[in-house]
Amino acid sequence: MKWQRKDLLGLEDLSADEINLILNTASSFKEISERPIRKVPTLRGKTVVMLFVEPSTRTQTSFELAAKRLSADTVSIAASTNSMQKGETLKDTAKNIEAMKIDALIIRHSSAGAPRMLAKVLTPCVINAGDGSHEHPTQGLLDIFTIKEKKGRIKGLNVSIIGDIMHSRVARSNIWGLIKLGANVTVCGPSTLIPPGIEKMKVKVTTSVKEAITNTDVLNILRIQLERQKGKFFPSIREYMIKFGIDSEILKGAKKDILIMHPGPINRGIELAPEIADGPYSVILNQVTNGVAVRMAVLFLLLGKRKAPFLEPSKKGRF
Amino acid sequence: MILKEKAKIMNKEAMDKTLTRIACEIIEHNKNVNDLAIVGIRNRGEHLARRIVAIIEKKQKEKIAFGVLDITLYRDDLTALAQQPIVHETCIDFDVTAKHIVLVDDVLYTGRTIRCALDEIIDFGRPKSIQLAVLIDRGHRELPIRPDYIGKNIPTSDKEMVDARVEEFDTKDEVILVEKIND
Repeated sequence: MKWQRKDLLGLEDLSADEINLILNTASSFKEISERPIRKVPTLRGKTVVMLFVEPSTRTQTSFELAAKRLSADTVSIAASTNSMQKGETLKDTAKNIEAMKIDALIIRHSSAGAPRMLAKVLTPCVINAGDGSHEHPTQGLLDIFTIKEKKGRIKGLNVSIIGDIMHSRVARSNIWGLIKLGANVTVCGPSTLIPPGIEKMKVKVTTSVKEAITNTDVLNILRIQLERQKGKFFPSIREYMIKFGIDSEILKGAKKDILIMHPGPINRGIELAPEIADGPYSVILNQVTNGVAVRMAVLFLLLGKRKAPFLEPSKKGRF
Repeated sequence: MILKEKAKIMNKEAMDKTLTRIACEIIEHNKNVNDLAIVGIRNRGEHLARRIVAIIEKKQKEKIAFGVLDITLYRDDLTALAQQPIVHETCIDFDVTAKHIVLVDDVLYTGRTIRCALDEIIDFGRPKSIQLAVLIDRGHRELPIRPDYIGKNIPTSDKEMVDARVEEFDTKDEVILVEKIND
């Protein structure tokens, strides 16, 4: 299996072989974060720029540590300080960053498709770190990596994703990846938060949490995106908590070796009770640890073989 | 390019004897095996190192620290390779500080792999010393690196290749001299 792609835009594009190559590479990278010196020289001299137009702590820190542990140089541009505030278009901003000679651009944007648009016009690698409600490929990969690490396989597992499926890029990336690797995926949430036509992604749909929990191996609980609730998709937070919140009571009907996952940040006591988030089934912090290894693998596969174009002396800018 | 088998340098029996001799030399050179650690370089060096550990443990009746290095992330030619190499896990689960480390590899050629291994092992701490054991030394060094324990010296030309095979990886123990013929 050879890695051929310039960009990582979503799991929809990837084959099962490509996903497995990333997962296998990531498992080799896990050990580096356990060393006394958590750094290898592999991407020395490569420059990675993170353009986060939407706020993030976990993903951005994770990408930054991944790049640094591979010895790449990193620059972060935050939403509040970039010149899009002054009216510059995304393409112009990206083209300007490219002109400073970089190797990869990691982008988070509120519009679905923004990374793909940039990938077409930029020479550096583009990595999608979440675009609107579309995809969040590295989160999908680290979720699948964590499941595989704990369960030893993906094929044949029952995975239920609970919550706001409509607005969740995490759900979409998980579904694409898990289905390609042969898992059975169920999505569950209030009917107003289940996008019409989601069955076409080969998932089972239910509005009953009980049904989603019964016989499932993995429960991936999504965050209620309070910032996207202006449309009033459910009557109240309290009602959501009662009908869809996961607590020890509802988990009594679950398998004894169920995995509880959450992409973070958690609304404690809304979608997930604190005793479950911190309980023995929870692998939420393992997900975060694995995120660094998965992102190292992605950066290595995209950038490891990338050569800086050699310019003839005559073509170099001179005074 | 065609590869033509030119000569068989070692069979299983010779390989066993050679590894036993290397193990004895390691014991002789490192009087106290308590602070000794054997580290194999993936892929084939790992298996040779395991065998050397087994021989030393049997002779000295003591447990020897063992580790495996994958040097891919330390290579200086990543961008020049035709294919992205597969990264395997490095596994050093003992403290290297103050240990005498013996690196083990199958064939010593340019010395670049050993340079990677030296850099990598130093990222785990400060060993007391690092020694090098190789099954075959075929010459053509490009770096100032010299082995401490040598199975066999095979002078080669740069048109030749030394193909060391181990049972655990290639189903057979043997060392073959191969000639590269351009067609």
